[in-house]
Amino acid sequence: MVKVNVKFSVMFKDATGTTATTIDVSGETVKDLIDALIKQFGPKFGERILDEKTGGVRRFINIFVNGKDIRNLQGSDTKLEEGADVRLIPAVAGGKEFFGLTQDQIVRYSRQIILREVGGKGQKKLMRSSVLIVGAGGLGSPASLYLTAAGIGKIGIIDSDRVDLSNLQRQILHTNDDIDRPKIESAKEKLQKINPEVKIITHNERFAVENALDIVGDWDFVLDGSDNFPTKFLINDACVLKRVPFSHGGVLRFVGMTTTILPGKGPCYRCLTPEAPPTGMIPTCQEAGVLGAVPGVIGAIQATETIKYLIGSGELLVGRTLFFDALEMRFEEFELKRSPNCPACGDRPLIKDLSQVDYGHVCEVRF
Amino acid sequence: MAEYKVDRKIDIRGEVCPYTFVKSKLAIEDLKSGQILEVIVDHAPATENVPRSLGSEGHKVLEVVKIDEHEWRIVIQKA
Repeated sequence: MVKVNVKFSVMFKDATGTTATTIDVSGETVKDLIDALIKQFGPKFGERILDEKTGGVRRFINIFVNGKDIRNLQGSDTKLEEGADVRLIPAVAGGKEFFGLTQDQIVRYSRQIILREVGGKGQKKLMRSSVLIVGAGGLGSPASLYLTAAGIGKIGIIDSDRVDLSNLQRQILHTNDDIDRPKIESAKEKLQKINPEVKIITHNERFAVENALDIVGDWDFVLDGSDNFPTKFLINDACVLKRVPFSHGGVLRFVGMTTTILPGKGPCYRCLTPEAPPTGMIPTCQEAGVLGAVPGVIGAIQATETIKYLIGSGELLVGRTLFFDALEMRFEEFELKRSPNCPACGDRPLIKDLSQVDYGHVCEVRF
Repeated sequence: MAEYKVDRKIDIRGEVCPYTFVKSKLAIEDLKSGQILEVIVDHAPATENVPRSLGSEGHKVLEVVKIDEHEWRIVIQKA
């Protein structure tokens, strides 16, 4: 026989008439305590707490003994010491909302709701937002992981590749078991495990001239996680034409760069680089190599910019290009101005539809 | 104990930190400037943490009163 102190969530008060009691248990486990509580408070309390099918405690009810969840102890066989403090707290998933958030959401996002710049309002904005990530590789992996974890409402991923062994050094969404699987399938599986609340939309196709405008138009924000110049220019041009804000990112060897583009409110990627360098001029990651953690840094910055844009807080990297040099371990920032002669966002833009541009070769604008 | 015209009351007994603050914050966001929130807690550290955190966000802590053996009332005016 042990005497324990029990505190109930206020949600049991209708059945117990109280939120705290001290009770004698004629046994020594949590199960014995439950029996004693049902004896004291009657069948109405029993219905609330026991699963009619299994006879055990309902799964959504969390029981803590001296602050520890009994699931991490011995479950209902957990022993109770004299004077132990026991708390019964239901996890209210879905159903009952507290100012527009479920109990699970409040717990899951608590560390960012606490931030003054986020709060419940910012969290709800994120939950109503949609972000397209082009590429589920070195940049798209960290970016999609953080955006999913942060609770963006809808995340789209477009990638036509399959996972290759050589990807795993930096593309942290994918594992050994995913080799040869489509990247979007592997990505969706991981992301849903991190946060099942986020709707993940996958496009197993290349981001190309034919689909670019249709695809970007559906999203609040686009994150460039592509690995080649033609796609980067295509993302820029499609987003400028559709006025969709996006985050540009690129990495090579030990360096990375990123900037945030708000069409109509600042420069675009073509203001910085009017045309792609000729093929062969700048090596690809395949030829030049890249340290895996470098896209980790840049992708995480891109995710941060995405979140800041969506909640409307802070200073975005608009009109600024951030360079990261991992060998010297230095960040440098350069001013980026809108060019009146920019072929995409200039005063008299030359690019009026994507078919004018030869993205397959050097991204030149044809006149 | 002063009497305040309370616009919203939340009973979050059973909640521990940091959720006492998170829920108080969600509730106060839903009010208009100048309106008054009353929070009932039974987690002793919350009597310091909730007023401190809401105070640092600029809201005005009007009172923290013990109303029972293990229950407190926190009254806050939205900034």
